[in-house]
Amino acid sequence: MSEKKKLRVATTSLAGCFGCHMSFLDIDERLFTLLEHVDFDRSPLTDIKTVTPGTDIGIIEGGLCNAENVHVLREFRANCKVLIALGACAINGGLPAQRNSLSLPAIFDEVYHSGFGLTNSLIPNDPELPLVLDQVHPIHEVVKVDYFVPGCPPSGDAIWKVLTDLLAGKEPTLQHGLMHYD
Amino acid sequence: MNPTFTLDGRAIPFLPGQTILQAATAAGVFIPHLCYHPEFKPHGSCKLCTVKVNGRHTASCTMQAAPGMSVESETEEINGERRALTQMLFVEGNHYCPSCEKSGDCQLQATAYHLGMMSPHYDHFFPNRPVDASHPEVLLDFNRCILCSLCVRASRDVDGKNVFALSGRGIDTHLIVNAASGKLADTDFTLADKAAQVCPVGVILKKRKGFAVPIGERTYDKAPIASVAVAGEK
Ligand code: SF4
Ligand code: SF4
Ligand code: FES
Repeated sequence: MSEKKKLRVATTSLAGCFGCHMSFLDIDERLFTLLEHVDFDRSPLTDIKTVTPGTDIGIIEGGLCNAENVHVLREFRANCKVLIALGACAINGGLPAQRNSLSLPAIFDEVYHSGFGLTNSLIPNDPELPLVLDQVHPIHEVVKVDYFVPGCPPSGDAIWKVLTDLLAGKEPTLQHGLMHYD
Repeated sequence: MNPTFTLDGRAIPFLPGQTILQAATAAGVFIPHLCYHPEFKPHGSCKLCTVKVNGRHTASCTMQAAPGMSVESETEEINGERRALTQMLFVEGNHYCPSCEKSGDCQLQATAYHLGMMSPHYDHFFPNRPVDASHPEVLLDFNRCILCSLCVRASRDVDGKNVFALSGRGIDTHLIVNAASGKLADTDFTLADKAAQVCPVGVILKKRKGFAVPIGERTYDKAPIASVAVAGEK
């Protein structure tokens, strides 16, 4: 029997909390089944730093809060055949987007100058630091996204359902109990 | 025998004066809706309950049933339109379900689940809508208002107080509080008002009651909105 070619999967966390990646690990022993079908490319699980061109599936956790997030997202879109937004922050900005009605100077002032317990405060300005965007945006507002997995985080079961639907060549759906925005 | 109309090919009996939505619900068939509430006169504004009657779009919460009508509801076309309306409601406000006290009890969220809404699709408006925390018992978080007018109708028609109103037009429509200051604390609104009970989303919230029921154990966590609604909404 000829071995079926494995799919190449890359993952990243942008303006997220890594909760979606933790939830991904909640598929538990199904990871072994998954590894029969996929190889991991760039991902916090492998520490590979760039996405290999022609990668089959890119999974993005988190929205866009700075210029580096946008750069990484574009790298994923350019090199992945299918892009999946994983979790509330990738889908609508999530809790970080709750800053969107505040101005950046007001936020920096609160966080670095006037906030509780701060002394000798300075706004970090190392050139290595990515520039912060004026508002946090979901990823579909910047690149085309093929599939979405809602939840904060989506449960391991919901992630598993979407991945197995995709591996089976089906349009992913989530029934009652797996579909959650919270 | 009561007269009937057909809904997706099924005969639905109705009583004279009943709307399509009322007759369908009585027959155990769910039609999605947000601004309709069985205790109030229909408002016909959200259009989630849209069906096709003899081929023409109409709001089923305002259209009276008539003998022999042919009504389509559960079609790909109509559910696609309902999903698009729901997505617009999400992007026009600020809906962060993970930090919303109404999550799991929210009809907008549960309707989105019912319609299989996997993403908001559109670009977000991220409007700036400050909350009103002036009242000692109740918080108003306007970020989640879907302008269904249920609080307006409840306060005017049941409480006899006229605490709320919709102001502005089109995309500028917004909920206001009838006080010179615009603040809820400067009205005679109380927790016992009907208007304090009817909001289908997380705008009118009782203070100091946050997360008394854990996420995952709430109304629409236990059963989908289609079965909750036909069993009789609270
Ligand atoms: S009102 Fe409903 S849809 Fe909006 S944030 Fe709250 S739970 Fe989510
Ligand atoms: S506050 Fe609630 S009940 Fe009132 S119009 Fe807005 S969504 Fe409807
Ligand atoms: S429920 Fe009929 S228009 Fe809103």
